[in-house]
Amino acid sequence: MSTAPTTESKPAPPAIEKIKVKVDGREVEVPKLSPDHAGKLVPTTMIQACEAARTDVPHYCYHPKLPVAGNCRMCLVEFGTPALGPDRKPVMNPDGTPKIAKSPRPAIACATPISPGMEIYTKTPAVKQMREGVLESLLINHPLDCPICDQAGECKLQEYSVDYGQSASRFVEAKVHKPKAVDLGPRIMLDAERCILCTRCIRFTRDVAGDDALGIINRGSYNTISTYPGMPFDNNYTLNTVDICPVGALTSKDFRFQMRVWFLKETKSVCTSCATGCNILISSREEKIYRYTPRENDGVNGPWMCDAGRLNYKWIHRDDRLKDVLVRGQKSSWTVALNEIAETLKRVPPGSAAIIASARQTNEELWLLSKLKAKLGAISDSVPRTGKGDNLLVDEDKNPNTNGARLTGISFTEMGINLSKIAAGIARGEIKTLIVFGEDLLKRAVDAKALREKELTSEVVTEHGITAELLGKLDTLIVSDILPSATAKLAHYVLPGCAHAEKRGTFTNRDGRVQRFMQAIQPPGDARPEWDFLHDLVYNVTGKNGFLTIEGLFNEMAKDVPAFNGLTWAGLGDIGVTVKV
Amino acid sequence: MPSEYKLILKHADQPGYTPDIECYLKHGGYEVLKKALAMQPLDLPDGKRKSPQEQLRDEVMKSGLRGRGGAGFSCGLKWSFVDRRSGKPIYLICNADESEPGTFKDRQIIHKDPHQLIEGMILSCFANDVKLAYIYIRGEMPQGAKLLNKALAEARAKNLLGKNILGSGYDLEIHVHRGAGAYICGEETGLIESLEGKRPYPRIKPPYFPAVLGLYMCPTIVNNVETLCNVKHIVAMGGAEFAKLGTPNNTGTRIVSLSGHVKRPGYYEIEVGKVTIGELINDPNFGGGLRDGRKLKAVIPGGSSAKVLKAGEKFKLKRKVDGKDVEQEVDMLDLPYDFDSLLQAGTMSGSSAIIVMDDSVDIVEALANISEFYAHESCGQCTPCREGSLWMSKALHRLTHGEGRKTDADYLEKIANNIPGGRTICAFGEACSWPVQSFVAKFKDEFVAKGAADEAKRAQNGVASNSAAAKRRETVAAH
Repeated sequence: MSTAPTTESKPAPPAIEKIKVKVDGREVEVPKLSPDHAGKLVPTTMIQACEAARTDVPHYCYHPKLPVAGNCRMCLVEFGTPALGPDRKPVMNPDGTPKIAKSPRPAIACATPISPGMEIYTKTPAVKQMREGVLESLLINHPLDCPICDQAGECKLQEYSVDYGQSASRFVEAKVHKPKAVDLGPRIMLDAERCILCTRCIRFTRDVAGDDALGIINRGSYNTISTYPGMPFDNNYTLNTVDICPVGALTSKDFRFQMRVWFLKETKSVCTSCATGCNILISSREEKIYRYTPRENDGVNGPWMCDAGRLNYKWIHRDDRLKDVLVRGQKSSWTVALNEIAETLKRVPPGSAAIIASARQTNEELWLLSKLKAKLGAISDSVPRTGKGDNLLVDEDKNPNTNGARLTGISFTEMGINLSKIAAGIARGEIKTLIVFGEDLLKRAVDAKALREKELTSEVVTEHGITAELLGKLDTLIVSDILPSATAKLAHYVLPGCAHAEKRGTFTNRDGRVQRFMQAIQPPGDARPEWDFLHDLVYNVTGKNGFLTIEGLFNEMAKDVPAFNGLTWAGLGDIGVTVKV
Repeated sequence: MPSEYKLILKHADQPGYTPDIECYLKHGGYEVLKKALAMQPLDLPDGKRKSPQEQLRDEVMKSGLRGRGGAGFSCGLKWSFVDRRSGKPIYLICNADESEPGTFKDRQIIHKDPHQLIEGMILSCFANDVKLAYIYIRGEMPQGAKLLNKALAEARAKNLLGKNILGSGYDLEIHVHRGAGAYICGEETGLIESLEGKRPYPRIKPPYFPAVLGLYMCPTIVNNVETLCNVKHIVAMGGAEFAKLGTPNNTGTRIVSLSGHVKRPGYYEIEVGKVTIGELINDPNFGGGLRDGRKLKAVIPGGSSAKVLKAGEKFKLKRKVDGKDVEQEVDMLDLPYDFDSLLQAGTMSGSSAIIVMDDSVDIVEALANISEFYAHESCGQCTPCREGSLWMSKALHRLTHGEGRKTDADYLEKIANNIPGGRTICAFGEACSWPVQSFVAKFKDEFVAKGAADEAKRAQNGVASNSAAAKRRETVAAH
């Protein structure tokens, strides 16, 4: 990617001393210090050295993005360090290698720092026996209700049972019973019997989300995760605890009992609920989306995402989706509509058209619209959309592609500045043709104060003065949207578009990171990806061609848009590339 | 004839001795502190100067004092680990959370001679540049907390605490903090968490060694009540002189809590290693022998978590005789009561609590009792101890309630083997598994016999002992 204009603004890390350790006899060189969950450099631990040696150390409580707890004991390993003589000098073997003094006690790989010459043993009989012992302990009071557990298929207890489990339990006592189906908060259910008390959820909400909402009550084997009485577990990041729960203790109220995870297809995508652009996986089966989960990208969202963004997918399956191409209110076909529109646009006198394209459209779509804009000599803009943000992931800008709209020339530094000009142009009768993509212009602005505290997806659309009366004065109103709207009702042409889950494309996030997303499901009815029909339209109007695929289209755009110069669809990879904005 | 050696308890049990400061002062109290505060830096031959604090720490190192709380770790060494360059305050905590079953020595000091503890603490704090110290006292000792608070107020009134102590320029404050009733708070890092107002989950080490990252992530010293009292005597008599008490590497005195089936249960202060277990049990100066007509069955030598010794057991001890290393076979009763001999015998002197059991004891019941305690007290933070302690307790409950199996001895042994040896965050893992391991190994016949008897009874009553349904029906939860 040397040609790409990446501006990853990370300062060059200071040179960190490397030290050599052996993992199961294999020598690896690892930095002496590694970043902890918060990015602070701390001594590198055994588990990180084992990872560098590509040796898997089973674990439950350890999570690279959380403070170390060291409580599950699954990662116990044996180790040795170079033996020192009475003179504090290393003792040598006859063959000249340093003699290793094996520690009589094991150590937890997640918390024990490495030292030069250390040897870590992960495959000894003693280590295997310790792992078996821990797993047995975790299972004796576990309900073993895998057939009805949502975690089945992605459960660490199941996974390690394959490696370290016994076919029969020797436990003959009565199990400890704990609360089940505990309503922890508006989005989270707890089955305390399945819980292995790894405290990942506690550490996440305390140390990452900054809401010390969870704790442990009772003692010993009766320990139970709990909220403070009367205080529901309710922040905008609670569902991350479901992701990091290694077992089926914490489940999402939205997803539980909906689908066995092994039937789900996972598609790499990007969240569209704000300008942050958290990387996500869309889990779907047979054209139905069941859940979003965060996809790890340390340049954007780490392994987390907000609850609001995660649950913002149901509209995609709304029954009233725009599924038909409409010409003056009558059901029509793409060919008829696009031909008619092309003919109309070809006759439009310069300066009499305007384009209002949502910053929720993709870079490629906005770029195609910018081509149309150039041809028509049109005025254009996007509609700003703001709401509540936070210091973690949620941005105040609720458009996922504000920077894309700017870079492709659809909107300007101050988004929305042209909207009142367009309104005035229509009022004066100068603007006769309006192309609207992905916006309901008649949706009235909401007072920011009227938004409810918790509703982080709620958005304020800036007041712009374009009214139904004004839209009625237009000769041609072309609207593409996904859901029905008052604007679409007035349109001469309605072109049904796609949700991001139904198409491919790229967004440019708040930091200028260009991130691509893939298609998870098919669009309903006659709906088509906007880039796909826009391509036809632009070809019909301008005669330009050459980008029939999304890859070709992106590469073409990258050549044309200065900020994107040097980018390629393939080069974006899974985690995107940052450009200067 | 073995006898007590009263160093710590020199005055405490004298008739008329009261826990107030006037009485303590009358008996020479706080003189050692005055002496220490007046110490001058020492000029060394190499031109360096040794501060009074360093001199005091050296004396403690020289004394060979080992911690009296349970682990028997060198006090001087513990102090030497303290990070003195971090720029953070150094804290000292007196661990008065005496909870190990069978142990009742610290409470004697707290109740009868609290000022001795306070003087020992002030000296230890002074030696380590500590400005703020805490006494973490067990919640179940309300009277002790009251006495300590009174004693601290008395000391404050006499400027033995507070700002500029006795005009020396040294400031120190000591606070009493009462626990809320958890055995785990005796574990030093659990205690620190509790003192910080959190759930007393012991911390992982590394990285949270108290000497570096202790209370409020500052360097912290945690010492037992008796250990801190010893510091006073070390400063008074000098480390070398103190080291002459007891036996090499097992210096000083220890207060032994003797309980169980002896005629004279109670606490006895002895020179470490100068008295054997047998003498402690049988000598008229100590236990005075078993109850009439009874025979010794077993001895737990260091609080209920120590591995049990069976009557008649023999051990090979490495000893120095006339300067030569020799191996001697000794009967368990002839084991000198010290740190190292008991370690060689595969057990420990722990909190120096000896529990004597005669032949009237049902050994399975005894273990069930101990196990129930540990299952109740496991904090539940780490897996092996959380699940293992309750598992063992449930199995033993079953075995003592007519639901046993012949195989339960092996079953218990296997459960217990999954817990100790560094698999857990703190030593509680050992504490809960050692009794089970040792009881079952040394009294296996009794466990097997009990299980067999239960099986026979069930067979007679027509209940299949091995069907899963029967197991479920019969199993009784331990709680």
